[in-house]
Amino acid sequence: MAAEQGIDPIHQFRIEPIIPIHIGGLDLSFTNSSLFMVIVLGLACALMILGTSGNALVPGKIQSAAEMSYEFVGNMIKQTAGTEGMRFFPFVFALFMFVIFSNIVGLVPYSFAVTSQIVVTFALAILVIAVVIIYGVMRHGTHFLKLFVPSGVSPLLLPFIVLIEVISFVARPISLSVRLFANMLAGHITLKVFGAFVASLLGAGAFAVIAPLPLAMTVILTGFELLVAVLQAYVFAILTCVYLNDAIHPGH
Amino acid sequence: MATTETAGTEAPGAPHEAAFPPFDPGTFSSTLVWLALTFGALYFIMKRVALPRVEGILQTRGDKIRGDLGAAFKMREEANQAAAAYEKTLAEAKAGSQALAQETRTRVKTEQDAKRKALESELNEKLMTAETLIADKKASAMASVGQIANEAASAIVQHITGKPADMTAIAAAIAAAKV
Repeated sequence: MAAEQGIDPIHQFRIEPIIPIHIGGLDLSFTNSSLFMVIVLGLACALMILGTSGNALVPGKIQSAAEMSYEFVGNMIKQTAGTEGMRFFPFVFALFMFVIFSNIVGLVPYSFAVTSQIVVTFALAILVIAVVIIYGVMRHGTHFLKLFVPSGVSPLLLPFIVLIEVISFVARPISLSVRLFANMLAGHITLKVFGAFVASLLGAGAFAVIAPLPLAMTVILTGFELLVAVLQAYVFAILTCVYLNDAIHPGH
Repeated sequence: MATTETAGTEAPGAPHEAAFPPFDPGTFSSTLVWLALTFGALYFIMKRVALPRVEGILQTRGDKIRGDLGAAFKMREEANQAAAAYEKTLAEAKAGSQALAQETRTRVKTEQDAKRKALESELNEKLMTAETLIADKKASAMASVGQIANEAASAIVQHITGKPADMTAIAAAIAAAKV
């Protein structure tokens, strides 16, 4: 799909319907984005279910990976939100799996990075904040508002502090979603630009000699993007834990 | 789920050719619906199937390791006890055998002493009787020595002189020679 647009680095983010579905004036088409969401779902399930189907006492490779994911996310929650946070374990685990598989699958050439869509990351971030607010209010009622009122602050400064706390709380879904989205978007654009540079140099006569330089850069950047893909999934998951910790223990 | 509620607010407009694809609102509704479906499915599959299974595996392994360690500790304890019991039995057996040996030795010694004493006294007795016998014999022999000498002397004298000897002179001469 990139071939027809040549060197346009934005084309890789275009969403194209595969099976058009329109219900009540809403466009619910099965697009390439949807396809890769289903692929991510399939891969995550394959890792966690097929990988553990052996139920082996001594795990194989895939089962080890599944167990490591489980313990990694489990420890992350326990360290940031305490043992009480373990009630959100399936939620955080699903988030982590979805984001990490989206990021890594997106690195495969000609694939589509689901997390490079702001609407996806923003929806996930809103979901996290919604869970935080709903659980916090259900658990603590109005006491949850203490989240915005740090203890031990002089009454003179309190209005400003509360204002800052409210703004930072409101900014959370934005920062959470934009961080992931921007990292994936920028990484993919950079990769595409360097890749296209290789292609145009090869087609430019004598300049084809220096074509390996951007190619080497692409290779290095791919490794770097792999790091970013994993790191951003980790950051997304651990920030979710931190926010959930606020819902479990409001008041600093 | 919270993801779907923002979908309705977006205009389901025609594809915007000029728009930057990630910000193209025309694709939002379909993306959000599919996101809700796939993420919801992922959440429920993880919650209902995958995570309990992994937890079960880890639990089973933890139990197995703890159980095996416990069994190993128990066995080591038993081995130590068996070793102690063995040492004790060995020491008892050694002491028993030593006592038995000592007892046997003293018993044998006393028996032999008794036998030896009996034998010695018997031998002494026999020695004594033999000595008395010898003394008697000697005495009787010595008694008959005079008579033999008398006879021998009288025969010698008779042979040399040709006439019967004077018995009293011979007896006096023999008594003189005897001393």
